Amino acid sequence: MPLGLLKYGFSSKYPAKHHFTPAKDLKKHYDVVIIGGGGHGCAIAYNLAKYHGLHNVAILEKSYLGGGNTARNTAVIRSNYLTEAGVNFYSESVKLYNNLSNEFNYNIMMESRGQLTLAHSDSAIRGFRWRAEVNKHLGVRSELVDRQTISELVPNLNMSEDTRFPIMAGLWHADGATARHDAVAWGYAKGACDRGVELHQLTEVEDIEITNNRVTAVKTNRGRVECGAVVQAVAGASSIVAKKAKIPLPIHCYPLQAMVTQPYKPILTPHVSSPQVHVYVHQTSRGEFVIGGGSDPYPLYNTRATLDQRESLSSAALELFPFLSQARILRQWAGTTDMTPDYSPIMGLSPVENYYLDAGWGTWGFKATPICGVTMAELVATQKVPELIRPFELERFYRFEQVNEAGATAASH
Amino acid sequence: MRPEQPRPATKGESMKLLNCPLNGIRNISEFSYGGEYHPMPDHIASSSRDWAEYVFFHDNNAGIVTEWWCHIASSFWFLAERNTVTDEIIRTFKTDELFHGRADVTDPKSESK
Repeated sequence: MPLGLLKYGFSSKYPAKHHFTPAKDLKKHYDVVIIGGGGHGCAIAYNLAKYHGLHNVAILEKSYLGGGNTARNTAVIRSNYLTEAGVNFYSESVKLYNNLSNEFNYNIMMESRGQLTLAHSDSAIRGFRWRAEVNKHLGVRSELVDRQTISELVPNLNMSEDTRFPIMAGLWHADGATARHDAVAWGYAKGACDRGVELHQLTEVEDIEITNNRVTAVKTNRGRVECGAVVQAVAGASSIVAKKAKIPLPIHCYPLQAMVTQPYKPILTPHVSSPQVHVYVHQTSRGEFVIGGGSDPYPLYNTRATLDQRESLSSAALELFPFLSQARILRQWAGTTDMTPDYSPIMGLSPVENYYLDAGWGTWGFKATPICGVTMAELVATQKVPELIRPFELERFYRFEQVNEAGATAASH
Repeated sequence: MRPEQPRPATKGESMKLLNCPLNGIRNISEFSYGGEYHPMPDHIASSSRDWAEYVFFHDNNAGIVTEWWCHIASSFWFLAERNTVTDEIIRTFKTDELFHGRADVTDPKSESK
């Protein structure tokens, strides 16, 4: 054993290769500058380089790769939304996710274990029937299930009728899945950097120069960079960055808190969520229970964790899974959600000609990462808005044509 | 405009308090956030685009903002200045600091008929 370790120490394969090339000096000019090095920014760069032949691309990241809301979401992948625009968009994303490890030749630890949303009232059942029919019509696996089926899907769920909100029915979504969120960002970053894209970390955009309604350059803390086009993909800071380009956005930033227990042996297969008691729970492949989905009651640019949310998430989780009463919370954290008035993203063209928006990712950003990369890259490369994202353009608010996405989150609102 | 560094967590406070100008200091769970304060544009002269911006768009500033709050139990609406980075309430005040008299919402077209 010590000899093997020594051999490994002298091996040319050690230390392991970096996922991406370390930062160099910034070039004077890039064809495309992407602000934000999270999953979305890297996915856009990857698609530009791999499918559109655009290699002179820089990703400018204020902090480090995938260190923002890419790392803070609870890694839920699903497509059982309610609007036609939403279902079509997210189901394409789930399809891309299913093949993403092969696409990268890098394991994103995708696990399709299904998702169960619980109804505790007649009105919720009506809503689920509606969603199930819309989903089936658009080719998404989604069905209304009764109490018997729920007990078979999740044997350790509290099915007692002697609770404040007894479980009456459920919406079963067999396509529901989870993946390792860091690996998604790393996979895209690696693939993009292998094809000539430059990832510049610790590079913050301080100002955006605009002449004749076109972006000409961005000023960063490491110097000025000229650019042919700019994409902003900075969930949680969208309003702040867009303001530098003088673009107002219909976004409010709310913290969304989640927490995780210490690891236990596998006993919970699907992802279970309850809009009524405001919680969702799933067990990761490491065995930790992720308990999530508590939005703070007012906007804030701060990712502190609060006792209020810990209490409400815990009591809700215990109502569904009483056996968790002995579980210990390992950590609690918050991400910043870009909440839009209609719970749909804001993607596509902006009032500035060569400035593209990828914003408004409230609580639906991680699951949209692959399709966002495909559609935004197509938009930047061809200047044509792909049909899949046309409903999500910023201009919809001026035309009073919101995409009211009532199936937006598994737990909140 | 870089947000200043957030201070750690809640400085040991287990709940947050808000000073209601009518009811005094109460737990923040008794209140409802009501959106940013913006003067209403002239509802007759303003274009549909201006109105859309007033209704849907937000400054969403990182820093000190003025916003609406309501004490739910007494339905009392008031305004607050709050720091959206440090999560501190700077002051709360009654609406008569900003509003004098009722808003005129009559439609001149309907009156002339």
